Amino acid sequence: MKIIVLMKQVANKDAILRINKDSTWIEEDDLSHEVNESDGYALEESLRLKEKHGGEVVVCTMGPQRAKSVIKDALARGADRAIHIVGAELTRLAPLPAARALAEAIRGEQADLVMTGLQSDDNGYGQTGVIIAELLGLPHATSVIEVDAAGEQLRVKRELENGWYQWYAMPRPALLTIQSGISQIRYATLKGIMAAKKKEIREVAPAAEAASATPDQRITKIYFPQKTKQTQFLGDGDAKAGGAQLAEKLRTEARVI
Amino acid sequence: MANGILVFAEHRAGIFGKTTFETLAAGQQLGAALGQTVAAVVLGTDAGLAQEIAAYKLDKIVSVENAQLADYTPDSYAAALEQAVRQLDPQFVLMPHTYLVRDCAPKLAARFGRDVIGDCVRASVADGTVTFARRIFLGKIDADVVPAGEPPVFATFQSGAYRAEQAERGTAAVESMSVEIGEARMKPEPPFQEVKQAVDLTKADVIVAVGRGIKSQENLALVQQLVDALGAELAASRPICDAGWLPIDRQIGSSGQTVAPKLYIALGISGAIQHLVGMKNATTIVAVNKDPEAPIFDIADYGIVGDLFEVVPVLTEEIKKLRG
Repeated sequence: MKIIVLMKQVANKDAILRINKDSTWIEEDDLSHEVNESDGYALEESLRLKEKHGGEVVVCTMGPQRAKSVIKDALARGADRAIHIVGAELTRLAPLPAARALAEAIRGEQADLVMTGLQSDDNGYGQTGVIIAELLGLPHATSVIEVDAAGEQLRVKRELENGWYQWYAMPRPALLTIQSGISQIRYATLKGIMAAKKKEIREVAPAAEAASATPDQRITKIYFPQKTKQTQFLGDGDAKAGGAQLAEKLRTEARVI
Repeated sequence: MANGILVFAEHRAGIFGKTTFETLAAGQQLGAALGQTVAAVVLGTDAGLAQEIAAYKLDKIVSVENAQLADYTPDSYAAALEQAVRQLDPQFVLMPHTYLVRDCAPKLAARFGRDVIGDCVRASVADGTVTFARRIFLGKIDADVVPAGEPPVFATFQSGAYRAEQAERGTAAVESMSVEIGEARMKPEPPFQEVKQAVDLTKADVIVAVGRGIKSQENLALVQQLVDALGAELAASRPICDAGWLPIDRQIGSSGQTVAPKLYIALGISGAIQHLVGMKNATTIVAVNKDPEAPIFDIADYGIVGDLFEVVPVLTEEIKKLRG
């Protein structure tokens, strides 16, 4: 079984974000990056499927050279090879052009399964996987938390809202978007890190159509959300003083102690 | 020429969710601001399903009917909605941002050579142009987004973006539309709930919840002391349960439990929307986070910007003293 895993490099979740002076995007200088959380789970699930059923795991990412760290990490964890669609602005593409670039980069691979995270932690569109399925003519399932690839048909468990779940059966090839928490993510071993150095990373340019198309949604301005509550900030930078003040406030103002 | 607003009225077996009425309110408000008609589309096996929506102020309701629409699949819904949108030729297609819509709307929009302006928290109209606002970077930043290109524009609204009770009542005629739908490739089995959860956090008066800032499972012991001092329940955001540090029945948020305790203390939780929807109705909300811009502070009554490992021991001691 050949599995392609689509992974995105995003701003580190704990990074303190600053808005650029034109208010068009965040300051990216000095920003630390990491792999998108749900994409990490998609990789883990693909490695487990390979261990169970044999085959190959191919990682595909899109972005500037710094996105190589996502690839190297995935190869160290056990992916077999990688495709890197190189371009500085590619991580900011709207969902349809992003999906076009990714679909064209993987179309020739004829994978049995394409997996990616449910949504990205930066733009949070949550659409790229579903659109790729449409562009490649594949059936899809989103928010998948269990994959059974033993039979001829694929069976997947989807997480719905409010504690509801549903199993779907579908033919292969198919595209799945994976929900965080599907399984425990492994660490890269030293052996894995050494082996990764010999694995193929193929660099490709984005499909012309994807890179040049006019997006049909455009961000005009970004800003910090308006607060809906008047928050009393305590301690003024001194966390311990804040803790003591908080106990007092909870007793005298909120009256919850 | 494309004109009008089409609202997708989502239902499960004829029961319309709150987010559908919120989206109706959004459609009515945009329709009034743009001077455009507002219609709703309902998918199902017969027109009877549309009756509840017919009591709202809409120009019409289109009941799209086909036996293949008895159960949701992305194939059948995308096929039905594609035909409805082509026939009705609206300028805007508005949908609630539910798991179902997230599953099929991008597929639908792609057939029109578009993507979805998704998970919007607001929409405003100036000089006949609609600007949508959506949350990015896990709720830390808002982005104003304008559509470009040929209509229809597809947009989804986050739960709570509009108020369901603002949906204006009235009467609307129901028109039937029949569509051709091939057999769906995905075969859904009946939805189910997992075995009853062992911990019922909805009954707790005080909840102390931990997020990614707790850093390791061992550090939970420190928080447990605060939990004990307060007589509280311990809860967590999704990443903590995903990591297996706490069982899933202690998870708060859209995929866990929804609570409204008297006091909610969020430790090292940044406040992604999926978490906020599960706890924003708590009477008093306390947030401790290193990042002063963490979205959790937007809804907190009391905030401490700092290290939870410094705050928690002091708070635990002070509370022990106060409680004697």
